[in-house]
Amino acid sequence: MSRTVELRDHQRELYYFQLRLAIVGGAVLFAFFILLVRFFYVQVIQHEYYHTLAEQNRIFIVPVVPNRGLILDRNGVVLAHNFAAYTLEITPSLVGDLERTITDLSTLVEITPKDRKRFQKLLEEGHDFASIPIRTRLNDEEVARFAVNNYRFPGVEINARLFRHYPSGEIASHVVGYIGRISDKDVDDLRNLGTNANYSASDYIGKVGLEQRYERELRGVTGYEHVETDANGKSVRTLRSILPVSGNNLTLALDAKLQHVAEQAFGEHRGSLVAIEPSTGGVLALVSRPGFDPNLFVEGIDPQNWDALNNSPDHPLNNRALQGMYPPGSTFKPFMALAGLELGKRKPGFTISDPGYFVLSGGGGHVYRDWKAGGHGMVDLHRAIVQSCDTYFYGLAQDLGIDAIHQFIGQFGFGQKAVIDIEGEVAGLLPSQEWKQRRFQQKWFVGDTISIGVGQGYMLTTPLQLAFATAILANDGRVFRPHVVKQIQDSQTDAITVIEPQPRAEIPLSKENVKHVRDAMIDVTRPGGTAAWAGMNAKYLFAGKTGTAQVIGMKGQKYDEKNINERHRDHALFIAYAPADDPKIALAILVENGGHGGTTAAPIARQVLDYYLLGKEPPPPKPVPPVKEEEEND
Amino acid sequence: MINRLLVYLVKHIDRYLMGLVAALLIMGLITLFSASGESVERVTGQIINICAALTVMWIAANVPLHYLSRIALPLYIVGLVLLVGVAVAGEVVNGARRWLNLGFTRIQPSELMKIAVPLLLAWYFDRYEAILKPRNFVFGAVLVIVPVLLIARQPDLGTALLVTAAGFYVLFLAGLSWKILVGVGMLGGASLPFLWSMLHDYQRQRVLTLLDPSQDPLGAGYHTIQSTIALGSGGFFGKGWLNGTQAHLDFLPERTTDFIFAVYSEEFGMVGNMVLMVLFLLVIGRGLVIAANAPTLFTRLLAGAITLTFFTYAFVNMGMVSGILPVVGVPLPLISYGGTSLVTILFGIGLLMSIHTHRRLVQT
Repeated sequence: MSRTVELRDHQRELYYFQLRLAIVGGAVLFAFFILLVRFFYVQVIQHEYYHTLAEQNRIFIVPVVPNRGLILDRNGVVLAHNFAAYTLEITPSLVGDLERTITDLSTLVEITPKDRKRFQKLLEEGHDFASIPIRTRLNDEEVARFAVNNYRFPGVEINARLFRHYPSGEIASHVVGYIGRISDKDVDDLRNLGTNANYSASDYIGKVGLEQRYERELRGVTGYEHVETDANGKSVRTLRSILPVSGNNLTLALDAKLQHVAEQAFGEHRGSLVAIEPSTGGVLALVSRPGFDPNLFVEGIDPQNWDALNNSPDHPLNNRALQGMYPPGSTFKPFMALAGLELGKRKPGFTISDPGYFVLSGGGGHVYRDWKAGGHGMVDLHRAIVQSCDTYFYGLAQDLGIDAIHQFIGQFGFGQKAVIDIEGEVAGLLPSQEWKQRRFQQKWFVGDTISIGVGQGYMLTTPLQLAFATAILANDGRVFRPHVVKQIQDSQTDAITVIEPQPRAEIPLSKENVKHVRDAMIDVTRPGGTAAWAGMNAKYLFAGKTGTAQVIGMKGQKYDEKNINERHRDHALFIAYAPADDPKIALAILVENGGHGGTTAAPIARQVLDYYLLGKEPPPPKPVPPVKEEEEND
Repeated sequence: MINRLLVYLVKHIDRYLMGLVAALLIMGLITLFSASGESVERVTGQIINICAALTVMWIAANVPLHYLSRIALPLYIVGLVLLVGVAVAGEVVNGARRWLNLGFTRIQPSELMKIAVPLLLAWYFDRYEAILKPRNFVFGAVLVIVPVLLIARQPDLGTALLVTAAGFYVLFLAGLSWKILVGVGMLGGASLPFLWSMLHDYQRQRVLTLLDPSQDPLGAGYHTIQSTIALGSGGFFGKGWLNGTQAHLDFLPERTTDFIFAVYSEEFGMVGNMVLMVLFLLVIGRGLVIAANAPTLFTRLLAGAITLTFFTYAFVNMGMVSGILPVVGVPLPLISYGGTSLVTILFGIGLLMSIHTHRRLVQT
């Protein structure tokens, strides 16, 4: 009995055991089913997603920065190009102790305090995890020395980079401008334009001048390399590459040698010169003195140089040609004269007797003085220009009235931007009744008009505007937009896009009237004229007009050039074109605190014209010309 | 003569299990070759491991069953002593105290417990076969918990888990009442917050990371993310042998050991996974058949526990690699590189063979 019970128990037990085994077997199957479902989800349903992730894991897209386009002058002289050099770069996010790393590096590679400061500055304005150069332009020996010790410096690497270089340095610095490291603001701008992708991993962007304005052309298109990398970021191989497209080359209307001559001619003077080819509007030279070395900016300027440039009282970073606003002074007179002739207010033969002052009729007897005490005697239009008679133009201005002046003179581009292809141009000021009302909530007084007649009062122009107007005058009223870039050469097809010299407008002028003004301007540079000394023995017909602009009002005091603060001296101006019978070049010159237009500004014009028209190299620095009795001074 | 030797050699080798094991080992070598970056050295090393483990398996298969039941208690005690030894004087490797230096060799006593615990429990329940009372189960549970706590302290979550599982399977197969099972389950659920506070920071992190691997993509979540990417990018048919980018470009950590399944799955796809799962299921199925036909309670429980531990290895490993289980250090049986786990697993398989081939001897 007990035996059978035990046996039955045995069977029962085995049954229960096998039941449990079956349950467990079911559980195993269920568990594997769960795995299968998971596999199906990950490997079939989500396959695309994970496939992408795996590709992103292994494939890094490395942008390849394109070659920036060259900037050449009209004769092919290189003004901006690129060269390859090694830089030592630190990725701050990968380096623990920056200070120590730099100190250690300096035992291998020379690192100057300037380098450190610049690095610090870049670090402060830096974004994300970009690498920052601590040293640029390493020589071969330094590269080798670092390479051997590379393992000691995680997060530090040597990169071959293309550098922008401006071989002519200060020359034409305001025209060419410079590139610099992309700032946060630039990033925002690019994002707004939707072109930020083209700047991935790129550090530079045009900041000023043509580099800024023609950024799109010069930049090129960033290429990409699909690089397979392992988990440590080491590249294994390149899978695919899309080559970068180099930027387009710019050929300028500018003549680098002429620019050089012009800049030299300024000597130590501050000021500006703009020379334009009247028949096309091409800018032959655009000077703003003092200049600066654009190469300083390429790698991020060090604080010392930056402070020096930024805080200098001479404001070398300002582009005076586009941004400096000056009263045109007597250089305004030829345009006034033309207005008088064209609008029928003056005949060439009309003569006044100049007592040396002008009394405003009905203006409370207010007296306007001529620069020449005692006056010029009998003055017609020709003589008024040649001798720069103020009295004549006071009267003319009153007869014309501000509305007519504003309307007529405005055609020559005064008071509006010339729309040159460099950023930052200002509009100057050609006043009108409406303007004064808006600006000062005051009505226009007749007295305001009188000063305008001699380019003073509210009247303000930039050197560019003055040159533009002179070119229009030289071109018998045909208006060509001033432009620096003459043609753009496509880097891929070599196709050349010429910036067409399409006349923007034509001012209807009587040839005869223009000739009256021109003849007078030619005599300005001849004996008896205000620029006679500068025009001496010119081998071409040289039309010009001097001007002087007051820096501060000299109420009741006698202007004494010698005993006055240098910065309060008058600005000297000069406009010219030549050869007057077939103008090849028109220019405007402003010499800050230069005193008389005839003595400081006109000789610069002579050197520039002699070089441009005759190929004559400028003489070595010349002695100060004798001060003549008959100098204008208004 | 040679024939007789061969017959003697294979007398206790189960043909089905041997075939499945051989297939899995070969798949393991093929995968290892790819996972190791085509390292012949690694593969050779694994072949030596396999030879050693197969020898262990052969010995285990030839051990008579009564002999097995006799070593159960001494083996367990030795294991326990060694575990205490580890806790007192173990070597710290990678922040965990798992190894014991015996002077001539280093051993990982926790590995021993994967066999010793089910062996002891099976022996224990076999002794009290006729009169299994709840207190037997309580004592059995204590026999499991003591070594598990020692192992968990090392810390070695993976092994602790496997030992717990092995012990639990014996308890369950021995007829642990459902009431207790449910009761303990509920108690366990209730004590989860307490257990949570007991866990090491990195263990908690693993659990948290499982819930959301992207929370810590470069830290604790990195393993799971990268292995899931490997699986997913492998797709249905896989990228082909030696073509797995996740593996070959270093993105997969521990890709010859615990994460070798990611390499396998990336290169052979879901099709490969299914083949692997079928092989595993056949091994498990064979093991369960052996357990069902085993002559004594001791052998039944032992065979069942070994088989289910094998299943646990496979399931936990594939589960963690595919991202549904936390990352615990459990190798993929017969596939992962490494001698220790191979020896343990093949020792277990050897025991299964022994149970099956010695069965008639017992019955007669």
